[in-house]
Amino acid sequence: MIADFGYGALIVTLLVSVYGIGAAFYGARKNLPAWVESARLAMLLTFPLVTISALCIIFLLVNGNYEVEYVSSVTSSSMPTYLRITALWGGQAGSLVFWSWLMALFATAVTLRNWHRDREFLPWVIVVSLVTLAFFLILIIFFENPFQKLWLFPDNQVVAGLSQPAGSVLFFPRDGQGLNPLLRHPGMIIHPPMLYLGFVSFVIPYAFAIAALITGRTDDRWIRVTRRWTLIAWLFLSLGLILGGRWAYDVLGWGGYWGWDPVEIAAFMPWLTGTAFLHSVMIQEKRGMLKHWNMVLIILTYCLVIFGTFLTRSGVLSSVHAFAQSAIGPLFFGFIGLTFITSLSLLLKRWDELKSETQMTSWLSREALFLLNNLLFMGILIVCFWGVMFPLVSEIFTGLKKTVGPPFYERATGPLWAGLLILMAIAPLAAWGHSTIKTLGRAIWKPFVLSLVGIILLIVSGIKSVPALLGFWLAFFVAAVTLQEFWRGTRARHSRSGESYPLALWRLVGRNRPRYGGYVIHIGVVLMAFGIIGIELFQHETQGTLSQGEKIQLGEYTLTYESLSIFDSNDGRNVARAVLSVEENGKYVGELFPRRDYFFESQQPMTIPGIKSTWEDDLYVILVDWQPITSQGATFKIYRNPLVNFMWLGGIIFILGTLIAAWPTKDIETVRTRERHEILVGATG
Amino acid sequence: MPVGSLFLRGLSKKVWVSSLIYLILMLLIFFSTVNAQELTPNAPSDNEVNAIAKQLYCPVCENTPLDVCPTQACSEWRELIREKLASGWDESQIKAYFVEQFGDRVLATPPARGINWLVYIIPPLAFIFGGIVLFRAFRTWKKPAEMGDKNLAQPSSDEYINRLEEELRKL
Amino acid sequence: MMEDIETEITTAESNRTPESIRPRWGRIIAWLSVAALLALLFFGLLRTQQGPIGVGQKAPDFTFTSFDGKTYALSELGGKVVLVNFWASWCKPCEQEAGDLELAWRAYQTRGDVVFLGLAWTDTERKSLEYLEKFDITYPNGPDLGTRISQTYRTTGVPETYIIDRNGILRSVKLSPFLSLDEIKASIDPLLNE
Repeated sequence: MIADFGYGALIVTLLVSVYGIGAAFYGARKNLPAWVESARLAMLLTFPLVTISALCIIFLLVNGNYEVEYVSSVTSSSMPTYLRITALWGGQAGSLVFWSWLMALFATAVTLRNWHRDREFLPWVIVVSLVTLAFFLILIIFFENPFQKLWLFPDNQVVAGLSQPAGSVLFFPRDGQGLNPLLRHPGMIIHPPMLYLGFVSFVIPYAFAIAALITGRTDDRWIRVTRRWTLIAWLFLSLGLILGGRWAYDVLGWGGYWGWDPVEIAAFMPWLTGTAFLHSVMIQEKRGMLKHWNMVLIILTYCLVIFGTFLTRSGVLSSVHAFAQSAIGPLFFGFIGLTFITSLSLLLKRWDELKSETQMTSWLSREALFLLNNLLFMGILIVCFWGVMFPLVSEIFTGLKKTVGPPFYERATGPLWAGLLILMAIAPLAAWGHSTIKTLGRAIWKPFVLSLVGIILLIVSGIKSVPALLGFWLAFFVAAVTLQEFWRGTRARHSRSGESYPLALWRLVGRNRPRYGGYVIHIGVVLMAFGIIGIELFQHETQGTLSQGEKIQLGEYTLTYESLSIFDSNDGRNVARAVLSVEENGKYVGELFPRRDYFFESQQPMTIPGIKSTWEDDLYVILVDWQPITSQGATFKIYRNPLVNFMWLGGIIFILGTLIAAWPTKDIETVRTRERHEILVGATG
Repeated sequence: MPVGSLFLRGLSKKVWVSSLIYLILMLLIFFSTVNAQELTPNAPSDNEVNAIAKQLYCPVCENTPLDVCPTQACSEWRELIREKLASGWDESQIKAYFVEQFGDRVLATPPARGINWLVYIIPPLAFIFGGIVLFRAFRTWKKPAEMGDKNLAQPSSDEYINRLEEELRKL
Repeated sequence: MMEDIETEITTAESNRTPESIRPRWGRIIAWLSVAALLALLFFGLLRTQQGPIGVGQKAPDFTFTSFDGKTYALSELGGKVVLVNFWASWCKPCEQEAGDLELAWRAYQTRGDVVFLGLAWTDTERKSLEYLEKFDITYPNGPDLGTRISQTYRTTGVPETYIIDRNGILRSVKLSPFLSLDEIKASIDPLLNE
């Protein structure tokens, strides 16, 4: 009953969406605000409707209604309640409902904003949002229905379907298959939702861009409106990616945080264009330039989001992350075709109207450097895109499969990341419009010298690897330049207004959140760079089979296999938990507990590492599960990951910086209007 | 070694025999603590195998390097690497063998031949193309500015807004 | 005054001409890229949906060298019914059908117009030979070198069996282990009578 109710809610939502699309279209064409208002209300209605449907699924999941196919495929009686709720996005059908729910949420949030200055945009924003929502609803209703039930035939065949086939009865399995063990982790609560939030929220800036193209209002208004939306979307996407890396490192036990897997890259590509957009949009705001390019970037970001979702779910790419192949591929392909072709047509139609207002005066101006930044990001995007697409190309033209793995991406993008670091060091010191080598040189020599000092210290301490030294030097350089910016701004405020340094810093950041938030993000990036250089270039590993009491050594660490306990947990796993004691340079520093969990239902093992974390490095131990695990002999893989915790710290600061940058200030134009008003009153009064 | 020095001092037969037994016992204990894999002392270590396995990809699973792949097939392939290492093969020979047996997909990046050249050529070409577009755009934007049109293009409202923003920022 | 304005307009127009040519190239490139991408995705999707080689099509030719050094080519086996079985020593379901396949082979062997070929897929030679010995398999088996044959047949795993008739047409595709000797015979017997 609940299942049927939930399904009905989805159908009603689809009908409401289709109505909304039609009403908005009609109202915009015939210039009838009443119809547009009706469409807006329809869009508002979609959210409660999809919520009802999602709640129905959650109820079925928590309650253990295994006669519903989705429930039995992603839950089992041994799963705790919080995991049963997260199973909503654990499988293809449920995750599509979750996507739709987020889409409806953002559509609602956007309708509730103040529209009086952007009335012409409203109908088209409604159309784009509802078309996207309707597409996902069609996928769910006709292809990946989470409310399908299981029906049992007399010959013991079980079939899934929405309505009862003749001669069958409802099938109530005793237990479900359970969520993939890799997903049974608190990380499951946050990582997929964050990623989906990131993806879905990029629909809104795209909707405004399309609205601007259709209405011809291609001035700065659409950029000002979408800038904060884009920042929020980018925040969620960054958070989703960072959390994914942390989860992989913590739980999945292959010693890494990013595998350059096609699905990871599919989520990374919109992030690249989103970052490029966030930079180049500043050029349009400050100097009125690059209108074409900003349009292209936003359209590209949305297209990459849809494209990435398609790749993950259609089975076109082979990946450890991919959902099981399904019939939604062709429909998705149609939607992609529609999106790409419509966007390109609209863009080309308005191309000549997106005229620039200012010209470039200096090669070293901030605009020029931001453009270089964009070129580098596009370069990285091309590498990622082509690396993902090439195996497909090879298979189509030669019939043979190829692997494009991490070495390709690392070698191809390495120099580009280095270039971006160089830009991060120079651009904050370059002025808008006009900059010469002299002005730049004056501002840059102190951080430059500081960074050289840092590098000399590193060389003296024994680091010889040239790529590492180059990377560290760049990181030092960027850190010095960015911190100098904080210092100069704080000192200027202090000397002008007499504020104490901490207060001056607070007010400095508070009065100019986008700029200093951005600098905080750059600091975060620098810290992540430290971590990444450490783990990528200086990781050491060893593997050995130990019997109880035996030792193994890695660098200055000696680990002793103390004991092993094997037991069944109360949530359907057999756990083998090893205890290793760790000595560093002969001194005892603690114990590690790598374990192997074997999940009975899905017959899948998981190896969870034991990690000892310090700022200097992580000692990371995996209990190898393809060899026998006994107290007489167990095999361990041991990694030493230097500086990796700087990466996580950098991630936190990165997110903090984004929050600072996105924190709402009074709308600058409201302030302007008020100022204008006050000046007028003052002039006349 | 106690045995050696005692021997040199001209030990009695009893001491000789007991030392020999001691030696045999030590050898037995040594060999019994060899780990469960029963490697001969010359067998390549796990680390040597992994150094090569790291660079190869599982032919069956998706995008999984051979040193961390948990399947039985992958274990067998690692043992194959160990065998080949023990027979004196070097890294390039082993990799070539794997390619012959399992196809190009076991390598981390496609070998540079035939259609595979596209992987390595397209990104640099695209980057250079982008660079050229950017360079030409720079030049087009810079020329009017050099001709002295700096004041032409900015509409007055933007100037007003810019000045206001500066004032506000000073607050 | 009018002449000045006219000159201005003409200069402005001539300044604009190079710009209007450039976007045309850009448009062509943009549309071509989108078309190329969509075509790529289309064929990729088609390939995914296709699955293995279909029944009724001509079976793709292949050659392989067996573990005892003999070469076999599908094209040289015209006029005979050929059963091609993909397996691996590490594949548990393959063991379920190994015995039945050997029994079937022995039943058809004396006829001379049925050929059984076994291809070891992503396997190691030592383990393959151990597997063959364990099930006492006597029909020709060899490694699928470079997984080329399995990729031509677009297999998705092991065990898979493809049965080809006397005219080289693929007549039966089995994507899981055979459950019984009778099942194997039922797939082959109809083709013998043609």
